[in-house]
Amino acid sequence: MNMSDFALIVPEIFVLTMASVILVIDAFLHSDRREIFYLLALTTLFGAIILTWVNHFDGRALGFNGTFVVDTMADVLKFVIYLVTAAIFVYSRQYLKARDLFKSEFYILGLFAVLGMMILISAHSMLTVYLGLELMSLSLYSMVAFNRNNVLSSEAAMKYFVLGGFASGVLLYGMSLVYGVSGTLDLAGVSEYLAAQQSFSAPILLGMVFIIVALAFKLGAVPFHMWVPDIYHGSSSVVTAFISTSAKLAVFGFSMRLLIEGMGIMQDSWRDILIILSVLSLLIGNIVAIAQTNIKRMLAYSTISHVGFILLGFIAANPEGYSAAMFYTVTYAITGAAAFGIVILLSREGFEADNIDDYKGLNYRNSWYAFLMLLVMFSMAGVPPMVGFYAKLLVLKAVIGQGMYWLAIVAVLLSVVGAFYYLRVIKVMYFDGAEDRNKIIVGSGVHAVLSSNALLALLLGLFPGTLISLCLTAIS
Amino acid sequence: MVALSDYLILGAILFCLSIAGIFLNRKNIIVLLMSLELLLLSANMNFIAFSHFLGDITGQIFVFFILTVAAAEAAIGLAILVVLFRNKRTINVEQIDTMRG
Repeated sequence: MNMSDFALIVPEIFVLTMASVILVIDAFLHSDRREIFYLLALTTLFGAIILTWVNHFDGRALGFNGTFVVDTMADVLKFVIYLVTAAIFVYSRQYLKARDLFKSEFYILGLFAVLGMMILISAHSMLTVYLGLELMSLSLYSMVAFNRNNVLSSEAAMKYFVLGGFASGVLLYGMSLVYGVSGTLDLAGVSEYLAAQQSFSAPILLGMVFIIVALAFKLGAVPFHMWVPDIYHGSSSVVTAFISTSAKLAVFGFSMRLLIEGMGIMQDSWRDILIILSVLSLLIGNIVAIAQTNIKRMLAYSTISHVGFILLGFIAANPEGYSAAMFYTVTYAITGAAAFGIVILLSREGFEADNIDDYKGLNYRNSWYAFLMLLVMFSMAGVPPMVGFYAKLLVLKAVIGQGMYWLAIVAVLLSVVGAFYYLRVIKVMYFDGAEDRNKIIVGSGVHAVLSSNALLALLLGLFPGTLISLCLTAIS
Repeated sequence: MVALSDYLILGAILFCLSIAGIFLNRKNIIVLLMSLELLLLSANMNFIAFSHFLGDITGQIFVFFILTVAAAEAAIGLAILVVLFRNKRTINVEQIDTMRG
């Protein structure tokens, strides 16, 4: 270890320091000056953006005896995480204030979760993978339980904790088997060991299966998806937004490191498992979403179907497929943040806008927000020229490139089924009369951030080239 | 002499016990939390056994980290349990079913 190692983790050190500073200031500051924590948390994220930008370089650098890696993929994913988290922090202010939850703890836990995600994305040893994952998950469990007088949210927190803890345990058991066979925790070492094998022994295959089960749990792929709808439904909309966007990006990084960098050589062994996970996710996600009346549950099942698409990119098992999966995850995080942004925006004191019926006649109440929701829903359904179309197109192209036509056909058919429930939200907004006559009160900052967030889904769809080439360089 | 396979069998038994504890348990959330701890300990057992027989110390270092994280996880789990009990007045697994669909 030397000083240049520390240069690699400057953004992580900054986020850690700032989160701890906010924690200490909290103890000394009067409770009516909480606005400061909100501003400090946003400053931290923007500082991290600048530090990651200043620190970025082409290529790849390992630090701390190969346990930590900085490359383009890590930088891009971290960048999107900062932006999405900052947007969610902006949306959260009004929502939390209306519920008397505007406390420094929310932002501190959020920053620690972001720190966990950064470590997870940059992990290059099973030890750092585990530590990053736990730092992220433990913060998220507490954030779900944050609305502590609410029955639904405490119940969701308990379910999330038990199933998340189970997934971590399974992951560790799988890691222990991989460690025992390969004799190293380093992902490059595991990869080297696997490359030297003629055929794979039973313990390493068992370890691989355990690791995939844990990944499927964290991603929310069927049949390990049972926590997703309940947690999305039960937690506050701001926490749901955070879990479904930033955490999804981090879990994508986690899958890339462990499955592709560590065990990419075993692709013939894990491909069939991922095909089953992916087809089931597309099937259950798209079909069960139709039956939902709660928009957060509907978005939860829609997430499950998007996970099915992300897994298709992994199934293609080449750089083209991985970069398509990365493009999909990044664009999903952006559109997801906008969708939950509108759910958060329409909620007010004592009222959660979480039923699809609450969106009736939104066009007559406020045509701009109805239009933004329209953009987001079209993007999620995959209608051109929205970005969701290109995301689906790239993934399908990668799968067809591998000759798996039937898989592409199944995915397209099921996303046509899925288009139904996105279009239903649009129908409710534009063609039904408004029952709710309350005025929508929005601050100018939130208005600007939400508008640019939703318009980004259109803009990236019109000019997808830059992000696509960025994802390609990140993977190769 | 105790062989590596004996330790691995013990680890596997602990693993199965904890899985059974999580999925068959219909009564008490505290038993669930205990099963989660046991799950981590079964992985620890594997790590220590492998580490000893490979003559490689990193597995044992990993175990220290797992133990630390397990302590933090137990603290958060019990805190969530207290919140849940204050809201629902029960810690019976079967009654934690407000959300469906």
